[in-house]
Amino acid sequence: MISQGLVTMSYVAASILFILSLSGLSSQETARQGNYYGMAGMAIAIIATLLSDAVNSYVILILALTIGGFIGTKAALKVEMTQMPELVALMHSLVSMAAVLVGYANFFDNSNELVGIEKTIHEVEIYIGIFIGAVTFSGSIIAFGKLCGKIDGKPLLLPARHFLNLALLIATFWLGSAFLSGVETGGGTFALILMTLIALAFGVHMVMAIGGADMPVVVSMLNSYSGWAAAATGFMLSNDLLIVTGALVGSSGAILSYIMCRAMNRHFLSVIAGGFGSSSGEAASIEGDITEIGIEETALLLGDAKNIMIIPGYGMAVAQAQHTVNEISKLLRAKGKIVRFGIHPVAGRMPGHMNVLLAEAKVPYDIVYEMDEINEDFPNVDVAIVIGANDIVNPSALDDPNSPIAGMPVLECWKSASTIVLKRSMAAGYAGVGNPLFIHENTRMLFGDANDSMQAVLKALGK
Amino acid sequence: MKLGIPKEIHPGEKRVATTPDVAEKIIKLGFEINIESGAGLQSNFSDEAYKEAGCTIRKNAKTLWKNADIIMKVRPPESHPELAIDETEFLSKGKHLISFIWPAQNDALMKKLAAKEVTVLAMDSVPRISRSQKLDALSSMANIAGYRAVVEAAQHFGRFFTGQITAAGKVPPAKILVIGAGVAGLAAIGAAKSMGAIVRAFDTRPEVKEQIESMDAEFLMLDFKEDGSGEGGYAKTMSKEFIEAEMALFARQAMEVDIIITTALIPGKPAPKLITERMLETMKPGSVIVDLAAEQGGNCALTEKNKVVVKLDVTLIGYTDLPSRLAAQSSQLYATNLRHLLTELCPKKDGGIDVNMNDEVIRGTTVIKAGKITWPPPAPTLSASPKSSLKTEISTTEKNEIKEKESILPEAIKQLLPLLIIGGSLFSLGSVAPASFMSHFTVFVLACFIGYQVIWNVSASLHTPLMSVTNAISGIIIIGAVIQISAPGFFITLLSGLAILIASINIAGGFLVTRRMLEMFRK
Repeated sequence: MISQGLVTMSYVAASILFILSLSGLSSQETARQGNYYGMAGMAIAIIATLLSDAVNSYVILILALTIGGFIGTKAALKVEMTQMPELVALMHSLVSMAAVLVGYANFFDNSNELVGIEKTIHEVEIYIGIFIGAVTFSGSIIAFGKLCGKIDGKPLLLPARHFLNLALLIATFWLGSAFLSGVETGGGTFALILMTLIALAFGVHMVMAIGGADMPVVVSMLNSYSGWAAAATGFMLSNDLLIVTGALVGSSGAILSYIMCRAMNRHFLSVIAGGFGSSSGEAASIEGDITEIGIEETALLLGDAKNIMIIPGYGMAVAQAQHTVNEISKLLRAKGKIVRFGIHPVAGRMPGHMNVLLAEAKVPYDIVYEMDEINEDFPNVDVAIVIGANDIVNPSALDDPNSPIAGMPVLECWKSASTIVLKRSMAAGYAGVGNPLFIHENTRMLFGDANDSMQAVLKALGK
Repeated sequence: MKLGIPKEIHPGEKRVATTPDVAEKIIKLGFEINIESGAGLQSNFSDEAYKEAGCTIRKNAKTLWKNADIIMKVRPPESHPELAIDETEFLSKGKHLISFIWPAQNDALMKKLAAKEVTVLAMDSVPRISRSQKLDALSSMANIAGYRAVVEAAQHFGRFFTGQITAAGKVPPAKILVIGAGVAGLAAIGAAKSMGAIVRAFDTRPEVKEQIESMDAEFLMLDFKEDGSGEGGYAKTMSKEFIEAEMALFARQAMEVDIIITTALIPGKPAPKLITERMLETMKPGSVIVDLAAEQGGNCALTEKNKVVVKLDVTLIGYTDLPSRLAAQSSQLYATNLRHLLTELCPKKDGGIDVNMNDEVIRGTTVIKAGKITWPPPAPTLSASPKSSLKTEISTTEKNEIKEKESILPEAIKQLLPLLIIGGSLFSLGSVAPASFMSHFTVFVLACFIGYQVIWNVSASLHTPLMSVTNAISGIIIIGAVIQISAPGFFITLLSGLAILIASINIAGGFLVTRRMLEMFRK
């Protein structure tokens, strides 16, 4: 058994290691090292806690640790990179579930002897901790369901949803005061459980109202919440390590949400208020005629081009086309062409999703560029290939002030000499098209499953 | 329905109205194709190739015309040299003819066709709107003519196009002037440019300046304010003063350049005379002029239609069959234009056609409907006009500016308000909270700031690993559970045990999946 001073010291060490772990992610070169710092910090924190005076029921503890660790390892090794958003959402729900459980355990634990204002603050901390945890838990479960398609991606818009949210919030406050006065007399359990149920409903409702295209914001927002839940638990247990870690994670998620919102030119509150995101800008109907292109012509176009830009979107992830895309880019680069990838910040269903997929397919990261780095370069591009992306290449974001995505920065691929858009299908003829890019005179549409089309193009290029 | 593709009978015409490739696609629309034996020979398409594509070969023109509901050809019908019969005689009531017709110039032919009570679609009358670009045969033929004009010029020009420094001395690049930057002009600019020449171009329509410059050619500016854009994107006749200024410019250029390619045409009028005999005199010996307007009388006074002549030491090329000189290519493009027209006519893909006069494209193209002359069509309802779009652009930016001005006042309050709220709540919290809470709170706020600083530096490509690693470290909640688990009471132990299990899934899963991802990021 080690002294309290040593435990605190190890916590300080763990905090520093966690900070180093996050700052390691500033570049690919240091990122791996950063991850090891994180592991080391976690190991130090857990071991120090295990060895402290407060712990004595080792059997259950080690059992739970082993089982949990085993499940986690399995999941980590098995998960497909395209399923990363689902995994992340699921892990958010686990953290917040743990926060709820710890909150309840703490509530039922009567061993602490706090009095007066300190006791009240402690109760409030429990209450808030459980609230955040429960909202995040049910929200993450719904997000998980939406991401893996088990729940419809369309926003569910209940009538008077803003009032519903407000009512739930007011109920939470009212139950809070009931809980505090109940605790004075040794009760309050009922209020706490009722609040938990309301919080769960609140989380479900919040994420249900947000459309599939806004998922990057939702996932990073839930990431942030899971951090705040940990921080609230830290306050509850008077544990600085939990507070520091929770604050780090919370602000990380908050910044990611902010970056995602900025990339869509949306206000954070309007995303959370919901009701947007799956319409994909169909409100503006554009009349015009699309021009189709075949596999052979695509291959010819690519064969003639010198400067090629590939713009992947969520469709590439759905079709699992990243490996084929990499093969094509390898082949083209071997022929001496410049091939680059342009990534929009909200491409895919979570921040950085496309980068991970391309990395999985072994696309070297020095040819993968952010939108801001390459957007000015499109006039020099001969062929831009858009794979399963829509909103992030929609010119009406820039020139149609009535468009639902007006003002969102987009990849200006229509400025390149020609653009090939891979899309699953589109009714032939001149139907109302939400994206004027499709009817742009330099745009050619290649219909079909992205992976099949890319395979065929690869074959045609190899000839 | 049955399509018939006769052999072209116009002297020197090598094109054919469909190719085996395109025929295959047309058959998929549900049509049957009959083709006259040897129709594609001049464009290097054999009867066997057509047969393979699924066409039926007909031995002579007569059986072909008789067996077809829709005749598709290139040139307008004319008198057959071998059978001594006019092609229009083969047509009977209810049949369709699709070809170039030139209704404005061929009044007699139009009357003859109308008398036969047929339906005629003229490929030269496709309206110029963006939707019909893919069936615009004039553009596709003009594109070929422009390219071929450069090839012909190169043939008769005694020097390189590109500049070179060789052991045998320096070769200056050829200077080429292209007059009229329509489809043909732009194609000529592209071809000449890619052969290495210095290209200048002139057009009366100022909006083409950008297109010319996009092809890396120099746009010759005329210091004169008059817009030459006419209806439907074509040019119109200019004022006398403008033409004088223009001629002065050409005279100056004629002294400098080696090759002039003229493509200036005004719809329904003889070609404007732009290059005078005086200018020819000042041109360097060996210079070449390709006159793409030779059919309409030529842009150069001395051009002779369908001939190459040398006058005043300048070679004048007056071919009018430039597309036919690239027969395989132009047949391919023309056939594709026809296929697109058939697709428009046959929306159900059942091999039947519907000449829908409510469709703007079909309306414009149809010059005779069941014996009734429907040419000229009503004016197009929309003409691509870049000026009006410019105006709307300006007005929207103006609007934005106004909006910005309006929102200046609330903006200041908006920024201050959160600060005031945060300050107020911190103050009220500080006035009641005990010291122990405040020390934790200090840690919390500082950690938030550290997080803020650190996370902004994270590279955007690593956002997913960032999320999974923060997931893993937020599993630190496990130590909360570890502390709780030894508290008395089975229920608490159960809750904490569960929390430990869940949190350890997170820790192990989060770190390992991050590791897996980071391993994949390779240079």
